[in-house]
Amino acid sequence: MTVNRSGTPLLEMRDISIAFGGVRAVDHVTVDLYPGEVVGLLGHNGAGKSTLIKILSGAYKADSGDIFVEGRKVEINNPRDARSHNIETIYQTLALADNLDAASNLFLGRELTTPFGLVDDARMEAETRRIMGRLNPNFRKFAEPVKALSGGQRQSVAIARAVYFNARILIMDEPTAALGVHETAMVAELIRELKAQGLGIFLISHDIHDVMGLCDRVTVMKNGKLVGSERVEDVTEDDILSMIILGKNPRREAA
Amino acid sequence: MSDVAGTGAGTTPKRSLMAQLEIDTRLLGMLGAFALLCLVFTVVTGGTFLSARNIFNITIQTVSVALMATGMVFVIVTRHIDLSVGSVLAMCSAVMAVVQTQWLPQGLGLPLGHWLIAPAAILAGLAVGTAIGAFHGYLAGYQGIPSFIVTLGGLLIWRNVSWYTTGGQTVAPLDRTLLMFGGSEGTLGPTWSWVIAILACVVAVAAIWSARAGKARHGFPVKPVWAEAAMTAILLAAVLGFTAILNSYLIPSAKLERMFEARGETMPEGFTLGHGLPISVLILIVVAVAMTVIARKTRLGRYIFATGGNPDAAELSGINTRWLTVKVFALMGFLCGLSALVAQARLQSHANDIGTLDELRVIAAAVIGGTALAGGIGTIYGAILGALIMQSLQSGMGMVGVDTPFQNIVVGAVLVIAVWIDIIYRKRSGAMK
Ligand SMILES: Nc1ncnc2c1ncn2[C@@H]1O[C@H](COP(=O)(O)OP(=O)(O)OP(=O)(O)O)[C@@H](O)[C@H]1O
Ligand SMILES: [Mg+2]
Repeated sequence: MTVNRSGTPLLEMRDISIAFGGVRAVDHVTVDLYPGEVVGLLGHNGAGKSTLIKILSGAYKADSGDIFVEGRKVEINNPRDARSHNIETIYQTLALADNLDAASNLFLGRELTTPFGLVDDARMEAETRRIMGRLNPNFRKFAEPVKALSGGQRQSVAIARAVYFNARILIMDEPTAALGVHETAMVAELIRELKAQGLGIFLISHDIHDVMGLCDRVTVMKNGKLVGSERVEDVTEDDILSMIILGKNPRREAA
Repeated sequence: MSDVAGTGAGTTPKRSLMAQLEIDTRLLGMLGAFALLCLVFTVVTGGTFLSARNIFNITIQTVSVALMATGMVFVIVTRHIDLSVGSVLAMCSAVMAVVQTQWLPQGLGLPLGHWLIAPAAILAGLAVGTAIGAFHGYLAGYQGIPSFIVTLGGLLIWRNVSWYTTGGQTVAPLDRTLLMFGGSEGTLGPTWSWVIAILACVVAVAAIWSARAGKARHGFPVKPVWAEAAMTAILLAAVLGFTAILNSYLIPSAKLERMFEARGETMPEGFTLGHGLPISVLILIVVAVAMTVIARKTRLGRYIFATGGNPDAAELSGINTRWLTVKVFALMGFLCGLSALVAQARLQSHANDIGTLDELRVIAAAVIGGTALAGGIGTIYGAILGALIMQSLQSGMGMVGVDTPFQNIVVGAVLVIAVWIDIIYRKRSGAMK
């Protein structure tokens, strides 16, 4: 379970800032992520967590700051750039096109094509069945638009999309918020499996208990600013709570 | 991540007969309504409504609106609207008219009837349409002006720019080659019509068969063989039957005589010749097939529907939705140009009011054909069928002697009722949230 943090990090976001009008949604935040590490991103509503990871996934462009993948500075100007660095995102809102079926959603933006350049629906469905067989063997609704799917089923489509395209850096924005107990356990299991494969994962969650169980490190934000980043074995749940609520890092205060 | 109960691992859920046959119940409903409409008018007109001549006329009158309706499907699916299509049609028509009657003959000194005139005029019209559409798309996509406003402005602007282009005058006569695109002046004759019909049948069978083989290769369920065969047979019968009807509508003998005279021959006694497939209808068929392939089988089509279903998801999946908007409107503009060609050739002149109110007919055709204004849903064949239903309704009422004002009242009511029925249907079938 121990993560080797001696080498170059898989990912580093350095001194990132972005403002929407007057709101400083992210204010000089620095975070990093090592291979095989799960970093929990915590903070109250509107702390800037989603905004920070949307900069990483190319949905927003930072006003200032740099992003490094394996020590190399990269430019992420749109979601395609992020994907080309094997950064995959599961959004809080799931970001599925309701009117398309699971396969079309899984391959959206990266369709498999025939030699004539037409989309190859049969092959995409076959691939979707293959990956779903691994992630969610009970999944059957391949022909229906995803509108007809339950929250958990939709979630599994979103996760399958990230896993299928060999993510190295996986961003999960509240992946279990809409899920039942059983489904939440499945996501947790999947996160452990992906971690074992050496992926770096950012996990945004409001469930501190969840985070303590799954993550190697927690990073806390408040009002767009970084409060602190601590290894889970060094802090208690109460420490984290006070970081979230008071915006103070008790360990640093004590030192 | 659980699935609905009752579909345990390894078993396929029982599928209803309709689902097995993959019949689009909505299409079936539309065809039923169309059949009923034809039946009523046939009875009331004592059979004239279904005469070869009337079927031929309704078909060529439908082409212009149907062409634009296929483009409107993409526009509405991406959650936009285009109110300017009638005016853009007029603009393209005006450009084609002045190019063929003024710029080329007077500007470049080409003699009237020169072979270059028609292609040059057509290209100019298509280019203008595409450019105007792309500009509308740029304003809507990149500048964020609602397409309703952009094209409402376009509706006023292009209608009147076209007025200035021709100096407000009706332009006629038009180039003889160009008139071939209007319908009755340009038909393929029975032999070529049969050749094309049979070719279409071969292609259709090959397409159906290869789709089936593709599914079977991946082990997906396929329709029972008898069902596939029956559906194919119905399709082929429709194609061949339609061709036979168009071929059976004879060219008037006076006109035939003139055609022989033009070639310096005399017409043999008792000679007859059927019209066959009009070139304009052939254009519509080609456009319909191309647009359907775009919608279903290309990335462009996939992105159009994804954007309509969830613009944010499309954007986050790396789709450039702004550029997509430009493409969709440019395609719409191109189709307006094509419609302008067909419309002015059919009317054999360019007049200021060409295409007036077409935007409403086109939107109505798309919507009657099942395109949802909320975006994300729509089919090309639906829009064409919608255009055909509206034209049939109008022609039928005309034949029965219904006054024009009342015709418009009926068409308006049909539009609202069609959408109403559609909403009820979708609620029932759970296709709507
Ligand atoms: N597109 C936007 N335009 C303007 N303001 C925005 C935008 N996106 C986020 N904000 C603002 O930035 C701040 C941070 O929002 P963000 O969504 O990152 O919060 P969050 O930490 O993810 O909260 P939650 O836990 O509720 O998901 C909020 O004040 C929000 O109102
Ligand atoms: Mg959030």
